[in-house]
Amino acid sequence: MLRFVAVRLLQALIVLLVMSFLIYGLIGLMPGDPIDLMINANPNLSPSDAARLRALYGLDLPIWTRYLNWLAAALQGDLGYSRLISQPVLEVLKPRLLNTLLLLSISLVLALAIAIPLGVHAARKPNSVTDTAVNLLCFAGISVPPFWLALLFIILFSVTLGILPAGGMAPIGGDGGLAERLPYLVMPVATLTLVSIGGYTRFVRAAVLEQLRQDYIRTARAKGVSERGVVWRHALRNAMIPVVTIVALGFGSLFSGALVTETMFAYLGMGKLIYDSILGNDYNIALVGLLLATLMTLAGNLLADLGYAALDPRISFTETRT
Amino acid sequence: MSAGRRFLSHPVSVLSLIVLVLLGAAALAAPLVEGWLGVDANAVSLFNRFGPPSAENWLGTDELGRDVLVRLLYGGRVSLFVGIAAALASAVIGTIVGLIAGFYGGRLDDFLMRLTDGVIALPLLPLLIVLAAVDLGKLGLPAGLAQSDQVSLYRIIVIVSLAGWTTVARLVRGAALSVRQREFVLAATALGAGNARLMLVHILPNVASPIVVATTLSIGNIILLESVLSFLGLGIQPPLPSWGNMLTNAQELIWSAPLLAIYPGLLIFVTVIAFNFVGDGLQDALDPRSGPQRR
Repeated sequence: MLRFVAVRLLQALIVLLVMSFLIYGLIGLMPGDPIDLMINANPNLSPSDAARLRALYGLDLPIWTRYLNWLAAALQGDLGYSRLISQPVLEVLKPRLLNTLLLLSISLVLALAIAIPLGVHAARKPNSVTDTAVNLLCFAGISVPPFWLALLFIILFSVTLGILPAGGMAPIGGDGGLAERLPYLVMPVATLTLVSIGGYTRFVRAAVLEQLRQDYIRTARAKGVSERGVVWRHALRNAMIPVVTIVALGFGSLFSGALVTETMFAYLGMGKLIYDSILGNDYNIALVGLLLATLMTLAGNLLADLGYAALDPRISFTETRT
Repeated sequence: MSAGRRFLSHPVSVLSLIVLVLLGAAALAAPLVEGWLGVDANAVSLFNRFGPPSAENWLGTDELGRDVLVRLLYGGRVSLFVGIAAALASAVIGTIVGLIAGFYGGRLDDFLMRLTDGVIALPLLPLLIVLAAVDLGKLGLPAGLAQSDQVSLYRIIVIVSLAGWTTVARLVRGAALSVRQREFVLAATALGAGNARLMLVHILPNVASPIVVATTLSIGNIILLESVLSFLGLGIQPPLPSWGNMLTNAQELIWSAPLLAIYPGLLIFVTVIAFNFVGDGLQDALDPRSGPQRR
């Protein structure tokens, strides 16, 4: 078990390193560079000044050297400053990360709380009216563009009915407590939840249906376990194993959904921060933000692997092949 | 039941296919509609902003006085073209990766599947945004070319394909793994067929059904992804319309002209759901044993 965790941690670390280099390289390929921005800001800067500044900041070095310099500084905790906000990267990121985690966790819990019962009900009577209706709803959820759903919500609840704020985090001048933030969370959470439910429900349905065909279900029925017990205690428990995987592997796409949702509702989370920093040439923020998002998904995957063992005692990590 | 009959037994899939054919035909006929109604998709007319539906402008005009209907049709051309082209490109990448992984197995398979899992698990949208923001001029493309409409179209196809190949790769790999063990492959090997021949002539035709199904299903996803990127201002660049970038301005106009925000999104929604239903029907028709056993 310990060995398994160590190997997976090492793998995650390698992936993170490779990603950091790729992202570093890609960000260097974005339009403009810090010196261009200085030239824009100061018309008195001459080309020779620009060249001197480039050398001063090491921007004329080859990419490998620059990357290694960045990495060395990053490992010592120096991630640089945000260009747009002029604050250390970590201080900018921390509140944004918490906001995103709040949005993601509420949406994920809600989506699962709806998807699991829906999927189980659909699986109990395949091709019944309920199953068909649930299936149609799932397809709708998978197919709706998230930003458009957000627009529809804004049109309905903010423009027409005027009962929810169209965007933002909290009323100006408030204490920023959770009670004040609640109205601002409703639409982002609803959007993110609705676009995730479809996929989860279809997956739960398929997993439960698969279990209901197994021999142990027949045995359970034969010895007189109630239909409820068969479905909820026997089938669902085993069906949860693949469901946990899909939730963990879907973390990346959930984060992508959060980026869109946050941008639509001006919700100050990581997704919006990354988007704004890429558009605004805020290199340090973009780089660390993207890496953090990658780190979060890697952690999600690792948790899923460990969750397996907790859910299914048949799986052990002592064998070399899992 | 034959595959065709099985597909026809899904009314929703058949209806979706009809909707898609109509949408495609309408998009292809965009220049005809333009001439017939006597409007110009790119003609800005500031005296006629937010015009109501009329005999000329069936769905009214947008914030620059351009005809909404014709722009929607031209946008449909772009969105459908990107969806289908990128789905085909992803299918090619996915098939190559899947065939190699499934056929050779071993370490190569482990590596390729880890890579696939990794791509699936990554937060793709932020990474694609970076890719979309990359300045092609810095990669050595001439500035005139790097900024042109055509490049924004092809670059989005390339970017989206980089994200879309994973489903096909996994399916093909799984199918190739099982087909590889079958007797006829063994027989072909005994007759001296090389690896390339085995993969292309004997295994590929036998994994065709899952490829077709996965590609159809991925068109919907790709159209969604394109619309998100275009909406965020990083995909198809205006004045070339796409359903996604038609919504970019609509967000600021929801107070004055909410209908402008409804039409393009509705078309994306209808197109994507139709592709998904067709894919679902195809899955049942071509590959009745796979998938979440519906019958």
